[in-house]
Amino acid sequence: MAHAATHDHHDAHHGAPSNFFTRWFMSTNHKDIGTLYLIFSLTAFFIGGSFAMVIRAELFKPGMQLVQPYFFNEMTTMHALVMIFGAIMPAFVGLGNWMIPLMIGAPDMALPRMNNLSFWILPFAFVLLLSTLFLPGGAPAGGWTMYPPLSLQSGSLAYAVFAIHLMGISSIMGAINIIATILNMRAPGMDLLKMPVFVWSWLITAFLLIAVMPVLAGAVTMLLTDKYFGTSFFNAAGGGDPVLYQHIFWFFGHPEVYIMILPAFGIISEIVPTFSRKPIFGYKAMVFAIAAIAFLSFIVWAHHMFAVGLPLGAEIFFMYATMLISVPTGIKVFNWVSTMWGGSLTFETPMLFAIAFIILFTIGGFSGLMLALVPADFQYHDTYFVVAHFHYVLVTGAAFAIMAATYYWLPKWTGQMYSEFWGKVHFWCSVIFVNVLFFPQHFLGLAGMPRRIPDYNVAFADFNMISSIGGFLFGASQLIFAGVVIHCAFFSKKKAADRVWEGARGLEWTVPSPAPHHTFELPPVIHDDELAHGHVED
Amino acid sequence: MGQQQGAYFVPVKSYWPIVAAVVMFLTVFGAAHWLNAEPGETGFGKTVITVGFIGILLMFFGWFRSVINESLAGKYDAQVDRSFRMGMMWFIFSEVMFFGAFFGALFYTRMFSVPWLGGEGHGVLTHQFLWGDYAAAWGAGGGNGPGNIGGNFQTVAPWGLPLLNTLILLTSSVTVTIAHHALKAGHRGKVLVFLGLTVLLGAVFVYAQAHEYMEAYHELNLTLHSGVYGSTFFMLTGFHGLHVTLGTIMLAIIWLRVLAGHFSRDHHFGFEAVAWYWHFVDVVWLGLFMFVYIL
Ligand SMILES: [Cu+2]
Repeated sequence: MAHAATHDHHDAHHGAPSNFFTRWFMSTNHKDIGTLYLIFSLTAFFIGGSFAMVIRAELFKPGMQLVQPYFFNEMTTMHALVMIFGAIMPAFVGLGNWMIPLMIGAPDMALPRMNNLSFWILPFAFVLLLSTLFLPGGAPAGGWTMYPPLSLQSGSLAYAVFAIHLMGISSIMGAINIIATILNMRAPGMDLLKMPVFVWSWLITAFLLIAVMPVLAGAVTMLLTDKYFGTSFFNAAGGGDPVLYQHIFWFFGHPEVYIMILPAFGIISEIVPTFSRKPIFGYKAMVFAIAAIAFLSFIVWAHHMFAVGLPLGAEIFFMYATMLISVPTGIKVFNWVSTMWGGSLTFETPMLFAIAFIILFTIGGFSGLMLALVPADFQYHDTYFVVAHFHYVLVTGAAFAIMAATYYWLPKWTGQMYSEFWGKVHFWCSVIFVNVLFFPQHFLGLAGMPRRIPDYNVAFADFNMISSIGGFLFGASQLIFAGVVIHCAFFSKKKAADRVWEGARGLEWTVPSPAPHHTFELPPVIHDDELAHGHVED
Repeated sequence: MGQQQGAYFVPVKSYWPIVAAVVMFLTVFGAAHWLNAEPGETGFGKTVITVGFIGILLMFFGWFRSVINESLAGKYDAQVDRSFRMGMMWFIFSEVMFFGAFFGALFYTRMFSVPWLGGEGHGVLTHQFLWGDYAAAWGAGGGNGPGNIGGNFQTVAPWGLPLLNTLILLTSSVTVTIAHHALKAGHRGKVLVFLGLTVLLGAVFVYAQAHEYMEAYHELNLTLHSGVYGSTFFMLTGFHGLHVTLGTIMLAIIWLRVLAGHFSRDHHFGFEAVAWYWHFVDVVWLGLFMFVYIL
C-alpha cells in the first residue's frame, strides 16, 4: 500500500488540534487550509450570486423597477469581482491545497505558514471590498475592469484598489506555494510526466498567476495615483492614454480567464477517465495543450479592445492569435471525448457535471471564436452576447468543474458519501436552468442589447424575462448544492470507501476516507498502476 | 518550533500569518480611509495606518525571528532549503512583472500615446480636433502632454547623479558577490567588510536619489504632476528607490546576522536570498538608467 501509517503521534502537535482557534486560524495543514478556502469560496458564491439575483430582478422587465441605476452598476461590478476573486479563484486554490499534496505523495504544501497567510488575507480583502457598499462613496460601479476615466469617478476607488492589492498578494503567495510544492515535494518516483493532469494544470496556472497578478497590481496602482496623487497615466491632456490602462489590464485579464479555466481542465481530465474506466486519451497532448494555451494567453489580450480604435495591424494580429487558441483547446475537447469513447461509462454526479462541462464549455468556446473575429466583434462588443459567452465559460465551465470536483472528492474529504439522488437533482436543475438563464442572452446580444444597462428596449422583454426566470431558478438550485454538501459533511450515514470510485486511479485514493489529518509522512512507494497516468509511455 | 514528521519537516502552527493578515488589512484600510477623507479629518485613517505599519514591522521581526531560530536549531533540511529558494526566486519574478507594468506604461506613452497626440499615425484626427498646436516630444517641452500639465519642466541630466548612482549600484553588486564568495570560503571578516560596503553603497544610492528628487522638485519643476513624463519618471524611480531602501535594510540585517554567526559556509540561504534581491534591483536600475534617463 502506498499510504504510510498516519497516526503515530510523537507529540501533541501531530493530530488534529482540538482548540478551534489554533486549528483554523493558525493552521499549517493543507487540508484545513483547503477546507477554509472552499468554505470561503462557497460563501462568496452565494454573496456574488445574490448580487446577480438583483441584476436579473431589475432586468425581469423593461423600465426601472427595483433599484437605482447607480446601484445596478454597483451590482454588476461587485458581482464580477466577488465571483472572480472570491468564488472561482479561491475554490481552485482550495482544491489545489487539498488535492495536490495527496496526488503527488507530499506530506503538505512546501511553505505551510505562507499558505495560511495566503488564505487569511482573503477574508480581510473582501471585508474591504464589500464595505464599500455601505460607505458614502458607494461601491465601485464602473465594471470589474475598472476602466478609467469612469472608474476614477468612484468615491471609494482606494478601497477597491487596496482590496485588489491584497487579493493579488494572496494569489501570488498561493501560486508560489503550489509551484514549490509540485517541483520540490513530489514523492520519489512521481516524475513530472506521471503527475495527474490536475497537478499539471495547477503548475501552469500558478505560473500564470505569478506572471500577471503583479501586472494587475501595477495597473490599479496607476489608477490610484491618477485619482489621488495627480499622475497622468490615463489622462490624454498629460500625454497619457485611457487605452493604456486597457492594455495593461487585459495583459493581466486574458491570462486571468485561463487562471479560471486551466484548473477546470485538470479536474475534468481526472473525472472523465475515472467514470469511463479508461486512462486518459493523449496524456502528453493534454499537458502540452495546457502549456500552449498558457503561452498564447500572453499574446491575445487586445481582443478585448477591438472596438477601442486599435491600429489595423494590431487588430489582425490579435484576431489570428486568438483564433489559434482554439487548436489546443480543441485537442483537449477531442481527447476528453476520445477518453469516453469505448469506455464503460457510468453517470454519477461528478461525471454528469463533467460531461455538461465539455458540451457547454465548448459552446462558450465557439461564441468566443465568434467574438475573436474583428468585424463581427464590432457588432457584438459590449452586448449581451459577450455576457452569454463568458458565462458559458465561467459558470458552465469553471463553476461546473468546481462542482464536479466537489462531488468527486467530497467523500474523500468527509469520509461519507453525498446523496447521489440530491446530487443528480442539483445537476439537472443546474444544467437546465443555466441554459434558460444564459442561452437567450446570445439572442439579446445579437439583437443589440447592451450590457451593464439597467433598462432596455421593450423589444428585448421576452428573452429577458426568460433569462431572469432561469436565473432565479438556477440561483435557487444552488441551495440544493449547499444542502448536499452540508448533509454529506455532517449527517450522511453512508461511509465512503478509500477508493471512492471504482475506476479511480491516483495516490489520493490510496489514503483512508476521510483523509487523515496528516498523510504521506513517509513518501509512498509509487506503483505505476496506482497512478492516474503512470502508464504513460515515452 | 517545527518538527520532523516522518521523512519531512512540517512547521508547527504559528500565529504570525494571522497577525500578518490583520496588520496588512489595518495598513490598507487606514490608507484607503485617509485617501477618501474630507480635507481636515484625516486623523483616524492616519492613526490606523501608523498602527498597521508598526504592526507590519513587528510582524516581520517576530516571524523572521522564529524562522531564524528554527534554522539555527538545525530543523531545516535540504528540501526546506529548496522550497525557500524557489519561493524567493518566484517572488523576484513577480517583482519583475510588477516593474514590467510600469515599464510597459513608459514604452506605450513614448512609442504611441504621445506621438499620437501629436498627430502621428492614426492619431491624426485627435490631434487636429483636440490638440492642434501640440508638438509631440518626450522630456522637456512635450512630455507632460498637450495640456502642459504641471507646467514647463526640465529633465534630470543622465550623466550627473544618475551615472554616479549607476556606478554605485554596479559596484555594490560586485561587493555583495565578493562577500558571498568570502562567506563560502569561510572568511567572516572579509564578509563583514564587503557586505558592510554594500550596505553603505545602498545607503549612498538612496541618499543621492533623494537629493535628485529635491533638485527635480525645486529647480527643474519636474514633479509627479508633470504629465505622463513626471508620472512614469517618479513611479519607476520611486518604486525602484523603495526596493533599494528595502534591500539595504535587508542587507543590514544580514550583516548583523553574519556578525552573530548565523551563517555557515554551506548553509546561508538568507544571505543568498538578499543577494539575489540586490542583483534584481540592480538590473532594474540598468533598465531605468537606459530608458528613463538616457534615451
Ligand atoms: Cu481574452
